[in-house]
Amino acid sequence: MIAHAIFFYVFSIIAVVSAIMVTVSKNTVHSVFFLILDFISISCLFIMIGAEFLGMIMLIVYVGAVAVLFLFVVMMLNVAQQKNQWFISEENSGHIPVGLLISAIIFFELIIVIGGWKYKPDLFISSSSISNEITNTHSLGQVLYTDYIHIFQISGMILLIAMIGAIVLTFRQREGVKKQSYLKQISRERADGVEVLEVASNKGVKIDD
Amino acid sequence: MFGWIVEFGLLFKKRQGPNVVGPFGLLQSLADALKYIFKEIIIPASSNKIIFILAPIITMTLALIAWAVIPFGINQVLADINVGILYIFAVSSLGVYGIIMGGWASNSKYPFLGSIRSAAQMVSYEVSIGIIIINVLLCVGSLNLNDIVIAQKDMWFVIPLFPMFVIFFISALAETNRPPFDLPEAEAELVAGYQTEYSGMMYAMFWLGEYANILLMCALGSILFLGGWLSPIDLYPFNLVPGALWLIFKILLLFILFALVKAIVPRYRYDQLMRLGWKIFLPLSLTYVVLTASYLFYFNLLPTN
Repeated sequence: MIAHAIFFYVFSIIAVVSAIMVTVSKNTVHSVFFLILDFISISCLFIMIGAEFLGMIMLIVYVGAVAVLFLFVVMMLNVAQQKNQWFISEENSGHIPVGLLISAIIFFELIIVIGGWKYKPDLFISSSSISNEITNTHSLGQVLYTDYIHIFQISGMILLIAMIGAIVLTFRQREGVKKQSYLKQISRERADGVEVLEVASNKGVKIDD
Repeated sequence: MFGWIVEFGLLFKKRQGPNVVGPFGLLQSLADALKYIFKEIIIPASSNKIIFILAPIITMTLALIAWAVIPFGINQVLADINVGILYIFAVSSLGVYGIIMGGWASNSKYPFLGSIRSAAQMVSYEVSIGIIIINVLLCVGSLNLNDIVIAQKDMWFVIPLFPMFVIFFISALAETNRPPFDLPEAEAELVAGYQTEYSGMMYAMFWLGEYANILLMCALGSILFLGGWLSPIDLYPFNLVPGALWLIFKILLLFILFALVKAIVPRYRYDQLMRLGWKIFLPLSLTYVVLTASYLFYFNLLPTN
């Protein structure tokens, strides 16, 4: 048990410190790296409480895909310069109140959830069919595809719509762009491209007119 | 081992190759390794030093820790965890960070371009590898690697899922940045891609990590499709050979295929690479998931445990 506690505190200290470093560090790319470290230590915590499937999915989805795209965007944009301009400029930005509002809402939601969990445990009925005989993945699948199938489908639909929306927003037809047509390339015959000519000596032939 | 890939390439190009060190030049790779160890490590002045040093270490470590769950026999596995296949998938998806960090921290144009190419490529092909893994998991009904191997006792999955095996192999080539998909280090365009600024042992670490990753992908391929440590036929002379040897034999077989492809296929263009990943492999493997699921469902073969 003592080893468990040691591991728990190591991972949670790393998680908290790196979460602080995400907001504190000056270099934006460093923030993203700390965010990744945060994700990894949180997935380690997931694995420690026995939710190995969630931990691994967290690694695959967040660290393996989402954070890579984060890094991508942050590296491509010159964020540091933009941030400096933003702090120097006199005019008020509309972003700050919105950000404050959203973070306040998230904070209150967290307080409500944690408070309710602490003082009214019967509000959180879990259909706890958790047994040690079947694995974590099995029990998750049994609940997800039976009791919560509608919610699962709806979340899938929302993701699909978001994906289509992103494609529609960024899709544009550009004029004058050369495109490779595989069908055209493959269906080209020798006769279309090669012409055999009788060339008279000292005359030559005129091509490309 | 690393000599092999060179030798194979030379065999196909009818070149002599290194033939001075040791018999037939077999000790050349050892000599190379010694050379790398004694070379000076140069850290560029304008680089981000911590991340620059961290990048090859991360590549190497990630390539090695994934081997913890590879089963070499019924009980010969370091960590027999429930979600072994997810663990390998997660670790191989982390592998992209070594490359991105190396390319960014070098603070130079070619490494940066190389690392950005590599990131997009690896993320794209991970999608198709994930869906191929789902195909296999539908037939197995467990995420444990040993269960996957045992499920192939009667028939290796390469037979019913042959198209998936081909796509897996090509995706593995792209995932490990091997030719014909070695665009992150395309020497004609990017010098050496993300490794341009690296020298000495740090370069060797990248290199070793890359090869460990290739071997890992070969191991994954042989576990998912070629029956892992099972012998091809369960008959007298074959089942005496220990399972670990069978697995190593299969890994080497796939490894030779990797070397073969390097020798005979020209490099892809980047837009062709992306088209192959997203427009061909993804729909194909998704269709195959539906096919496999409906086949198993219709004939009542779905694994239940």
